[in-house]
Amino acid sequence: MSTQTKIDKILSAHAFAKRDKIIPILQEIQAAEGYISQAAVVKVSKHLSMPASKIYGVATFYNQFRFKARGKYHIMVCRGTACHVKGSLSALKLVEECLNIKAGDTTRDGLFSLEVVVCMGACGLAPVISVNGECHAKVTPERLKNIVEELKLTEGK
Amino acid sequence: MLKIEVNGHTVQANQGETILQALTRHGIKVPTLCHLPGLAPSGACRMCVVEVEGAPSLIPSCSYPVADGMKIKTASPQVLQARKTVVELLLSNHPQDCLYCVRGGDCDLQRLAKQHGVRQRVFTGERTRREKDMSSPSIVRDPEKCILCGKCVRVCEEVQEVSAIDFIQRGSRAFVGTAYDKGLNVSSCINCGQCVLVCPTAALSEHSYVDEVLRALNTPGKYVVVQHAPAVSVSIAEEFNYKPGTDFDGKMTAALRKVGFKKVFDTSFTADLTIMEEGSELVKRATGGGVLPMFTSCSPGWIKFVEQFYPEFMPNLSTCKSPQQMMGALIKTFFAQREKIDPASIVSVSIMPCTAKKFESGRPEMGRDRLSDVDYVLTTREFAELLRVTGVDPSELEPETPDTPFGERSSAGKLFGASGGVMEAAVRSAYFLITGEEMKDYTIQELRGMKGSKELRVKAGKIELGAAVVSGLGQARKLVEEIKAGRKDLQFIEVMTCPGGCINGGGQPRRADIESVKARMSALHQIDKDSAQRVSHKNTQVKRLYDEFLGAPLGHKSHELLHTHYTKRDVLC
Repeated sequence: MSTQTKIDKILSAHAFAKRDKIIPILQEIQAAEGYISQAAVVKVSKHLSMPASKIYGVATFYNQFRFKARGKYHIMVCRGTACHVKGSLSALKLVEECLNIKAGDTTRDGLFSLEVVVCMGACGLAPVISVNGECHAKVTPERLKNIVEELKLTEGK
Repeated sequence: MLKIEVNGHTVQANQGETILQALTRHGIKVPTLCHLPGLAPSGACRMCVVEVEGAPSLIPSCSYPVADGMKIKTASPQVLQARKTVVELLLSNHPQDCLYCVRGGDCDLQRLAKQHGVRQRVFTGERTRREKDMSSPSIVRDPEKCILCGKCVRVCEEVQEVSAIDFIQRGSRAFVGTAYDKGLNVSSCINCGQCVLVCPTAALSEHSYVDEVLRALNTPGKYVVVQHAPAVSVSIAEEFNYKPGTDFDGKMTAALRKVGFKKVFDTSFTADLTIMEEGSELVKRATGGGVLPMFTSCSPGWIKFVEQFYPEFMPNLSTCKSPQQMMGALIKTFFAQREKIDPASIVSVSIMPCTAKKFESGRPEMGRDRLSDVDYVLTTREFAELLRVTGVDPSELEPETPDTPFGERSSAGKLFGASGGVMEAAVRSAYFLITGEEMKDYTIQELRGMKGSKELRVKAGKIELGAAVVSGLGQARKLVEEIKAGRKDLQFIEVMTCPGGCINGGGQPRRADIESVKARMSALHQIDKDSAQRVSHKNTQVKRLYDEFLGAPLGHKSHELLHTHYTKRDVLC
């Protein structure tokens, strides 16, 4: 199904929605598309009769929404307390360096996207990262580098 | 009536008002940063805190209602310390470049820092870095200077109902921006500049063209001419410490000559011309089955508003260009031919109370042969800057009159500067065009005043028209929605983008309260009252222009030079 019709379908399920439905609508769009696109904001804005700036403002207020398409490999770096104590900040910086993007971004070739999460519920294994939902526990800088480099290699980069 | 005690003195307060309102009425000044009179309080900045006996903490006076017997201290050590800390915290995330800042010496934050004796940076730490947005021809955004008071967001949303900007993200990352943090030029911003008027710092300012104008004035071979809008003469004096409503019409003209402009024209002349064209257009639409109601098209913010939010109403907009653009077109055609000057060597500057005029002058249809009709637009504030930098003080000059062939104006043209003025001028001339007689009394009281929406049934001979006047786009939106819902009794509607009209435009001197705006309006009405020439159709230079050059209203030449078309705009809205 194309992007446009996916969004239309979600919106038609909320036919008489008012502005209080903005969060559930955005959540459904993100679930279907992986992120909140500009086109989606324009559609939601028309549907709820709310200015686009307002919708973007509300969406950026919450950590759960992304505004760039996910990459083929979606990397989540945990920045919760336990992971922080175990050095997740340098882990995040290392990944950012390896991929040359910041948290919330997607690489230009569309392969990698990076997201910071607050806790994955695996504090005993800190520091934790996940790649497409697969957890990597107690990552050291070397292991982290290897994980990313291996993925790059599989893609022939 | 309630009795409250303020700093040991008993004063009266009204039931339901806020502490700040009561204090202000009694002349007790409480500093504010986020307060906007007329809108609901937001209580964001915490500058207005006062001590209330019995309250567990300091109370924001802007949003707290008075109660009988309340004992308030407005300047206790605790209050002053709290306010000082607020300023210190704001400064901790502020670029400390006041010497180089466009608002240096004219900044609310700077003034409060001085008032509260802030003499050093108390809190240090990493400062938020964000790029300046120079994309708009009208407004420059510098988010690093923003203190997040939210006044711009509220004016844009609650007064203009445009909502081009909002708070993005949250906490220490929060900033004011457009949807997807795009440039203002591709946002739904209509360039009205009301946000610039309320901004306490330099986070929002007009896109200045003072340097470009100075350069043009000093370039050999350039013939630099200037036009000034009706609402500028009654506000420019404020920039030179005169009280609001002082008219500097003649002095301003003299000052412009001193600065070096070869010719000084009065945009009120083309306002008279607009009445001839727009009046004829209205009569044509009304009698020939054209699209009605017809909206005025002088206000460029309103035009963009229709193009992006209500493109279905574009046929309702008068096709007349605004007076600024009519003047611009005439300068580079009729005037250039008459004076035998190459239009390419003419630099056409206009002085406007408006930031949206900068955008309007850059519209691609506003020119010919790769030449813009109007090259640079300066706001009233930039005009004052131009006068200061060139060392010209208008208050010391003897009044002079503007130049032919665009110097004569009726006071009807001058009325264009205030809400209701275009309508009043139009009714005066339409009455004559329809009945062949002059109105007994030119003054139409119903159309005057600061009310956001005014209506009138106009009778002229056998014709009766429903007329409405709205100012502030929130009011305009309301009316357009009524028409969309089927309202049919209106034929002619004047819309001005800014509340009260151009006298309260986004390019006008800052810190004008409602009383100052009223004083500017009264000044225009006084000029009209004192004038010997109160109708556009008697402007002899306009008549001559038709005889020598244009032919007749709505004629071929008019169509080519004085009328325009509109484009549906796809913006993020």
